[in-house]
Amino acid sequence: MRARFYRFDQATSPYLYILPFFVLFGIFGLYPLGYTAWVSLHDWSLLSDEHPFVGLKNYGELLADPYFWNALRNTISIMLLSTVPQLIFAILLANMLNRKIRLQTLFRLGMLLPNVTSVVAVAVIFSQLFGRDFGLINWILETLGLGRIDWQAGTASSHIAIAVMIIWRWTGYNTLIFLAAMQAVPKDLYEAATLDGATPMQQLRRITLPMIRPTLIFTVIISTIYGMQIFAEPQVFAGSNAGALSGGNARQFQTLTLYLVENGFSKGFEFGYASAVAWVMFLIIIVFALINFVLVRRVRSAS
Amino acid sequence: MKSLGKVGHLILLGVLLLSIFPIYFSFVVASQDNSALGKVPPPVLPGANILDNIQRVFDTVPFGQALINSLLVSAAVSVSVVLFSTLAGFAFAKLRFRGRTAALVLVVATMTVPPQLGIIPLYLLMIKFEWTDSLVAVIFPALVNAFGVFFMTQFLREALPTELLEAGRVDGCGNHRLFWHVVLPAARPAAAVLGMLTFLGTWNDFIWPLLVLQSPEQQTAQVALSTLRSGYVQDYSLALTGTLLATVPLLVVFGLLGKQLIGGIMHGAVKG
Repeated sequence: MRARFYRFDQATSPYLYILPFFVLFGIFGLYPLGYTAWVSLHDWSLLSDEHPFVGLKNYGELLADPYFWNALRNTISIMLLSTVPQLIFAILLANMLNRKIRLQTLFRLGMLLPNVTSVVAVAVIFSQLFGRDFGLINWILETLGLGRIDWQAGTASSHIAIAVMIIWRWTGYNTLIFLAAMQAVPKDLYEAATLDGATPMQQLRRITLPMIRPTLIFTVIISTIYGMQIFAEPQVFAGSNAGALSGGNARQFQTLTLYLVENGFSKGFEFGYASAVAWVMFLIIIVFALINFVLVRRVRSAS
Repeated sequence: MKSLGKVGHLILLGVLLLSIFPIYFSFVVASQDNSALGKVPPPVLPGANILDNIQRVFDTVPFGQALINSLLVSAAVSVSVVLFSTLAGFAFAKLRFRGRTAALVLVVATMTVPPQLGIIPLYLLMIKFEWTDSLVAVIFPALVNAFGVFFMTQFLREALPTELLEAGRVDGCGNHRLFWHVVLPAARPAAAVLGMLTFLGTWNDFIWPLLVLQSPEQQTAQVALSTLRSGYVQDYSLALTGTLLATVPLLVVFGLLGKQLIGGIMHGAVKG
């Protein structure tokens, strides 16, 4: 009897343990994603009870909408402006932290502090710093004789301001990830290179970067995915109730997620249309991930 | 390994100041009289108005309620994620069963799916459940996540000696007793890190609570914070006092447990 119970326990308990994850994830994670595809094929407004099937009409309208292309351009621009400097800073900082340094713990804690601060808090603080009339950054620029910039009004200037918020929040986190990977690189490689007379910069390029390539790829892909979904920074930066979802008066910093929420949750609650936006975003993210993957394989087979 | 020179230390010190400055600055503005902010140059030292500003925040929005809401949601989600991740991690790391590899691959694959792409059907689901405008709508979709399962699996695979489980089985323990008496205690360091990461992440969540919670009494701290910022009249000292209020709990947690957090992030990074 006891032995039988034991066998039953051994056979069923693993499934019992993974069940909560798969059930909850199925309901709240997987099902919504699939259902989004279904909704996107309908004329599905929250304000009406009828949801007629319309096929790919929403996708057609989407691709013909200049606001969609504007949002896509803005998203890619902000993503590049934030990801590229962020990763370069993170690699250089990690390379410095990977040496013998004083106050090691203090520096690491300081690096992570911005990441602990919430996106909304960061966006509120930086909106004030980038303020046109009373912002600290404009005051510094003016003192240096460079003149004021209306950060929110311009396309390039607003993208830079938003990118700065993202860079500030994520550089330290990525630095720690790179640092962890760098610490796993065998130390004797550097010793041999130093004996051969390689400069620190050469060692970074020839030893460190190739050795941490898997981490590098992982970080690029994760930052790209995060970059495609930017929402809180521009939403809070816009400030006023009216412009919050349109990303500024001229939509100069409306991202894809803002565009999605604007269509789904304010303009007539067009859930069908907004679902089409979600799926197009999903496809773009997959394309970006594939491009990263292919590029990396090219580099690997070339070397 | 060479040590870092003076210039290097100076650069790091500069970066450290840049990391701290925006938070310090929010304290400066939060402690100023609103009229002091229109002056040129802008203030860079704290003023004396912090208590007045805190009072004004609580008068403008139910911020105390918002903080309690955030605390409730974050605590519930953290406990649930840690518990379910440890359960699943135990099964994946130490138990043999049919379909294990396939299930684990599925968990890892789901880590790449951006959750916010499902917000529209999730919203429809909440309407069906009649959960809109209640904290349940924020808690339930966050009860499990793939990262937690993956993180725990990796940790338990190394940190939980298989001999210890064998010994327990010889003594007649079933898997359930093993879980409570052997696995959970062994998982404690990773559980602390996972719990903290989940707490911070949930506390800082924005888009979903913003969409699903409408009435001021149901809002989380981040949503309340964004309403302070989005008035037509820009009241910066009000907005930044709210920012500070919503951030202080995190700074406290970070001050107490920051070292473990860094260890956890770096540990997870090497594995991933």
